[in-house]
This record gives sequence, C-alpha cells and structure tokens, in this order.
Amino acid sequence: MAEIRYDVPNEQWPVHPEKATLEGRNKFVGFWTFLAGETVLFASLFATYLALKDQVPSQEHLVAADLYHLELAFVMTMFLLTSSLTSVFAVYHMRNNNFGKMQLWLGITVLLGAGFLALEIYEFVEYVKLGHTFRSSAFGSAFYFLIGTHGFHVIVGLIWITLLIIRNANRGLSVYTAAKVNTASLYWHFIDVVWVFIFTIVYLLGVL
Amino acid sequence: MAQVKGKKAGFGAVLWDYLTTVDHKKIAIIYLVAGGFFFALGGIEAMLIRAQLAVPNNDFLSAGLFNEVITMHGTTMIFLAAMPLLFAFMNAVVPLQIGARDVAFPFLNSLGVWLFVFGGIFLNLSWFLGGAPDAGWTSYASLSIASPGHGIDFYAVGLQIAGAGTLISGINFVTTIITMRAPGMTYMRMPLFTWTTLVAAILIVFAFPPLTIGVFLLMFDRMFGSNFFIVEAGGNTIIWEHLFWIFGHPEVYVLILPAFGIFSEIFSTFSRKRLFGYSAMVFATVLIGFFGFMVWAHHMFTVGLGPTANAIFALATMAIAVPTGIKIFNWIATIWGGSIEFTTPMLYALAFIPSFVMGGVTGIMQAAAPADYQYHDSYFIVAHFHYVIVGGVVFALLAGLHFYWPIITGTMLSEKLGKIEMVIFFIGFHCTFLIQHWLGLWGMPRRVFTYLDGQGYNTANMISSIGAALMAIAVIILLINIIKTLVKNEKVGTDPWGDGRTLEWSLPIPTPYYNFANTPLIRGIDALALEKEEGDGTIPAAGPVEAIHMPNNSFIPFMISFGLFVAGFGALYFASGKPWAIDAVANLPEKPWALYVLIAGLAITFISMGVRSWKDDLGYYIPKEELEADLRELEARERGAK
Ligand code: HEM
Ligand SMILES: [Cu+2]
Repeated sequence: MAEIRYDVPNEQWPVHPEKATLEGRNKFVGFWTFLAGETVLFASLFATYLALKDQVPSQEHLVAADLYHLELAFVMTMFLLTSSLTSVFAVYHMRNNNFGKMQLWLGITVLLGAGFLALEIYEFVEYVKLGHTFRSSAFGSAFYFLIGTHGFHVIVGLIWITLLIIRNANRGLSVYTAAKVNTASLYWHFIDVVWVFIFTIVYLLGVL
Repeated sequence: MAQVKGKKAGFGAVLWDYLTTVDHKKIAIIYLVAGGFFFALGGIEAMLIRAQLAVPNNDFLSAGLFNEVITMHGTTMIFLAAMPLLFAFMNAVVPLQIGARDVAFPFLNSLGVWLFVFGGIFLNLSWFLGGAPDAGWTSYASLSIASPGHGIDFYAVGLQIAGAGTLISGINFVTTIITMRAPGMTYMRMPLFTWTTLVAAILIVFAFPPLTIGVFLLMFDRMFGSNFFIVEAGGNTIIWEHLFWIFGHPEVYVLILPAFGIFSEIFSTFSRKRLFGYSAMVFATVLIGFFGFMVWAHHMFTVGLGPTANAIFALATMAIAVPTGIKIFNWIATIWGGSIEFTTPMLYALAFIPSFVMGGVTGIMQAAAPADYQYHDSYFIVAHFHYVIVGGVVFALLAGLHFYWPIITGTMLSEKLGKIEMVIFFIGFHCTFLIQHWLGLWGMPRRVFTYLDGQGYNTANMISSIGAALMAIAVIILLINIIKTLVKNEKVGTDPWGDGRTLEWSLPIPTPYYNFANTPLIRGIDALALEKEEGDGTIPAAGPVEAIHMPNNSFIPFMISFGLFVAGFGALYFASGKPWAIDAVANLPEKPWALYVLIAGLAITFISMGVRSWKDDLGYYIPKEELEADLRELEARERGAK
C-alpha cells in the first residue's frame, strides 16, 4: 500500500488516486460487484411491482393512472440527474487534487439529493391523504416498497456523503480518502440510474 | 501486533483473537466449527424425522412438531451447514491457491462469518421462544402467511441476517479472485476449486438479492400489514414462489460447484495426473452457472404457468445436463490411466461419481414437465435432491475435510478410521435414499408426518430409517477421529499427502499468518506439480523479500452482527399484538419493550459502522527482518527433518 499522505504535491498526485493502492482497487472491484447484486435486488422489486400494479381490493381504490403526476416525477428526476452530474464534478476535482472544490461539489450533491427526498416525501404524503397507503392494497404495498427502497438508498447515500465531507474536512485528500469518495459517488450514480428506470417503468407506464 | 510465536496463550486471549480476527485461516476455522455444529443439529433433526417415519401411524413426533423439524432440518442444512462449511474450505484454501496474503476485504470476511453465526443462532432460538418455523424450507407464502406464532418470523429475520453475511462473503470472494492473484496466476491457470469458488460467488451475488426481497415481502406481510401475498387485497402468493426459486435453483449450484471443485482437486491429486480437459472443465463450470438462472420454474411445473412456459423451462433444465456430463467424463478421464492412491478423500470422490449421476438422472426425469406432475411433492423429489446434495455436496464436504485437514489444523486425520467412516456413510446413504425413489413412485407424499399401515410403505420406510442411522454412526466415527487427532496433535510437514499439485501444498504447515513470505511466481497450471517435475520442487519468488502490509484485527464486525441480532428480536416482537399484523401475530400479547430493543440493536450496529468509517484503519507492516528470520528458521527446520 502506498504511503498515506495528505497534501500530496500536484505533480505526484496519481491520475486515478482512487485506484492507486491495492485497497483502492479492491474497493473498486468489490463495489461494482455489490452494485451487480443491487441491480438484481431492484430487478426483483420491479418485477414485484409490475405483478401487483393496479391490484386493489375494490373499485373505489385509486390506481396508478389516477395517482401519478408526471410533472412532479419530472422535477424529481431533474433534481437527481443534476446531483449525479455534480458528483461527477466532485470526482473530477478529486482527480485533480483540488480538495476544496471537491468538498463544495459534494455539498451541492447532498443539497440536490435532499431536495429530491423532500419532493418524494411530499408525494407520499399526498397519496396517503388520498387513501393510497402501504396497507391499503397490494398495489400500494408494491409501490411504496419499490419507491421506498429507492428512497432509503437516497437517505443512505446522503448520510454517507455528508459523513465523508465532515470526516475528511480536517484530513484533506489522500489516496485513502480518494477511494472512499469515489465509492460513494459510484453508489450515487447507481441510485440515479435506478431512478431513471423508476421514472419510465413506474411513472411513464403508469399514466399511459 | 505480530503474533507471539511458541508461547501458549491463555483461553481468554485465544477467544479474543478469534472474535477479532481478520485472518482468512482463522475465519475458516470459525466457519468450520459453527458449520459443523449446525450440521450436527440438522443431523439430529434428520434422525428425528426418520424415527417418526420408521413405522406407520407413529406418534413419536406430533404433526405440528414434525413440520417444525422438517423445516428446520432443510433450512439448517442448506443455509447454516452446507454453505458455511463450503465457505470454511474457500477461506482456508482459495487465498493460498492463488498466492494471496489474504482475501480482498479481511474486515468484511469477519463480518460475513459473524452475521452467519448470529443469524443461525437467531433462527434456532425459535425452538425455545414459542416454536420453530413450520412451512418447509421453501416457506411458500400461501402456507407461511397463516402460520401461527412467530416461527416464520424467526425464519425470515434469521435468514435475512445470515443471508447478508453470505452476500458479503460472495462479494469478497469475487473481488479476491479477480484482484489478488499472484504474478503468473492467470485465469486459465487457476486451480478448479478457485474457479468453482469464483462462479459460486458470482451466483451468490446474483441469487441472494431475490431471496432478500422475497423474505422482506413475507416479513412486511406478517408483521407490518402490507398485502403482497394477501389475495383479498390484490396480492399474489406466486410471487414468493418465483422469487424463492430464482434464488433457490442457483443456490443448489452455489452448493454443488465448489463441491465439484474439491473433487477435481482430489481426483487429480490422487490420480497423480493433471486434470483431464482443464479448459472444458472451466467452460462447463461457467456454463452451469449461467444456465442456473434460467431454470427456476422447473420447481413450479404444477403451479399452472402454462404449457409454453413449462416447455421452455423443461428444455433449459435438460440443457444443464450437458455441461454436467462434460464434467463427469473429464473426471473419469482424469482417473483413467492414473496412478491411483485410495485415500479417504479419493474414496469419497470415487463414490461421488455414480451417486451424483443417479441424482442427475432423476433430475432429468423431473425436468420432463408432464412426468413431473407425477413426481412432484412425492418422496421421489426427496430422493432426487438428497442424491445430489448428499451424494454431491456432503460427500465433497467430508472428502474436503479429510483432504484439507492438514492445512487447517497442521495434523492428519486417521486414514483407517476415515475409510471405515466412508464405507459406512456410503452404505447408509444409498440405503436411506435409494428406496425413497420407489416410495415416491408408489405415491408417498413428502412432508406428511405419518402414513397408514397396509399401503405397502412399511418395509421401505424402515430400510430408509436404518440407512439414516448408519450415516449417523459414520459421522460419530468422524467425530471420534477428529477428537483423537486433536488430542494426539502430531504435526505434519509441508505437502503431507506427498502428491500436492497446487500452490496451497507448497506452504509450510502451520502456514505463517502472512501466508507467503515471498510473493510466489506462477509458471503454469498445477504450479507445485510443475515445479516438482521441472524444477527443484519449490515455487520461485516473484521478487525479493519485502515488508508486508497487514490489516488490523477488529472487534467491530462482531458488534455490527450482534447489533442486528438484537434488532432482529426487537423487530420480531414489535409486531406482537399489533392490529395491522397478520392474525397469527396480532393475536399474541403486545410487547411494549420491543421497540426499545429494536432501536438499541440498530444503534449498536450503526454506531459500530460509524466508528469503522470514521477512523483511518491503515493496518501495519511486518518488517523485512522478521520475514527473513522466519525463512531462516524454516530452512533450519527442513534441514533438520532431512
Ligand atoms: C442434472 C441436473 C439437475 C436437474 C435436471 C434437476 C431437476 C430438478 C427438478 C425438475 C426439480 C423439481 C421437481 C419437483 O419439485 O417437482 C428438482 C428439485 C430439486 N433439486 Fe434438482 N436437478 C438437478 C440437479 C440438482 C443439484 C445439483 C442439486 C443440489 C445440489 C439439486 C437440488 C434440488 C433440490 C433441493 C430440489 C427440491 C427442492 C424442494 O422442492 O424442496 N438438483 N430438481
Ligand atoms: Cu432446481
């Protein structure tokens, strides 16, 4: 393992600091493997959702076409897609050994993610008022479990990145912290990709 | 930091060492001990089943208890015995086979083992806390939703905890085999056990998440008022069957592939030949892993998916027999013309071929969907899967135990007792399960707690029960063998079988905690055999001795797992008496303290995780001087031995 040095002079900073150590490379491969598993996890959730979509106990119960608002889902999508972009900026500055800018863009990523989360909570509250709850129907259970699992991932990602910002504040950049930041940003992209599928399979197909 | 050598450590120190260890060799021992314990437990449950079924109209076990025993037998054997025992061998052997100092994530390795241990304990505590799960190891939702009490919840939460550990270990082995191979250890030079471990680990990564989701659906429905399986609210119980078998079929390959790997090593070692058709073997392994995901609905032929779906899944299932057949022929060709040594592992390996083939043949029979309407849910199925799982996986575990025992403990099990054990186990196995094919064809259903007199089932069941007793005797002989060997504690040296072919046999025994003082250089398949034939029998070094970076021990994995264990009780009892839970749970008395237990457990877990990510854990270095001193000592010892 390369020596852990903060404040590495720019000319010694590796092109891929996140993969400069064996630990960093392991983390990279291991995390991709984990994401492969997460993909199957979400695939199972999507399958469950599709099987139970609009399966409600009675005629009065609202179904997908009555509930979903594409406008809201679109705004949420914009929040999350933009946050993915800002996390790319953060990683870009990490590769350039620019600690301050990296922290800044990570912070913006967290804010955008929090905005997304707020909208999601708003959406859930509205649905609950309309009687579409986790317990009201099989459709409701499947909807909240799929979107909720994604939302839970967002929360985990937000806490994770926030903690990274705080813990690294006094440490700065090294090949050790770079690997941590890179992993978190991979996770954040993954959450974003899953949301793209949610947008199409749940919301777009839902209102059609 | 470095180990104290030569000094006897106190019991407390040893215990603490194992609780905090991140060394794959010690984690292997934890897997072996815990897996062995659960294997014994599952074995006792099997004996209870066979005692109950030995004679007609028996009331040794009540109907309800019988259901609990068969459920716990299957669940324990698959999740808590077979898989952990395979993990024991993977941990003990794979890093050494590829020339690595440890696995890619030593910390996660420790987390994986403790999650498994706590999940297993959680599941089994159900016996003392109101009754074990009783809906079969497959826990079909239509049955498990209505099961009274918390039994099914113990199944769900316990599997969730243990399953998380398995997934983590799977990720760990995928990464280890991709990134940690020594110079020259290309993919197509990896020993077969490493290859099968890689494919099995990939299967784990893809197969466990569907189980996680399925079990979550079950937990939510039973404990938190959701409606996934509640038909009146639009739910659908078939979803469980799909999710379970999308996991379940790959799972049987997670078990059998490493078993294939162990046998491949044994065949070539004790035939003193290279494995015949190495690349075909690798190809077949990968192909089996791939097909494994496309056949799950062969467990659901009678559900009513329709003739098209049934036909597709029938064909896909039959296709798996092709790569499996390739393997069988390659093993036979490996033995062919070899100079065979009939050691205990080799005897198991030889017995494995016909036994496993019989299980494969019944598998193909069941793959014919129309015929399966006859076999399904009968004892024929029980016979099939025990032929593949016992004749394949358990034979491999026993063979592997004898084969790798010197690497794990530095001693050698008695070959005499081992052969007696093997013969009795082999006879007992066929005696138990062969006759069950006929029982099934005669119409005896599986999972029914007794049968009437005069149906023609009596003799066959008695034979089967006698066979089970024989297997129990064989396992007791193995236990005696283990105890005798450990008490005698006669140490063996490098390459104790004399015919080791792969890298793990080149290491001194006991293996130093850093494994390789020098990073080895691999020049071909069967690295050690190659050096024995072409060189001086020692593995060349890839470079000079250098300081080695090592990870620190940590108690955090234990705490994370313990926290989830505590939280599991909280979640489970939180549902008691809650109006939204399923009737079977809502009728129980309310437990107001459960919420606090849940919060406390999660707090333990998350604080432990927080500490882990907050602190820089940079490990330590073994100085070059220590390594050189070790090497000198080793040389002196070897000269002394000559
Ligand atoms: C040639 C390969 C195989 C084929 C074609 C095959 C086919 C099948 C089929 C069609 C069934 C479902 C029968 C029914 O329930 O009606 C089945 C059940 C089963 N098989 Fe196999 N199988 C094969 C190999 C294996 C292997 C290698 C294992 C394990 C190591 C295994 C373990 C099981 C188990 C555990 C069940 C029963 C599960 C249950 O219902 O509890 N099979 N097999
Ligand atoms: Cu199957």
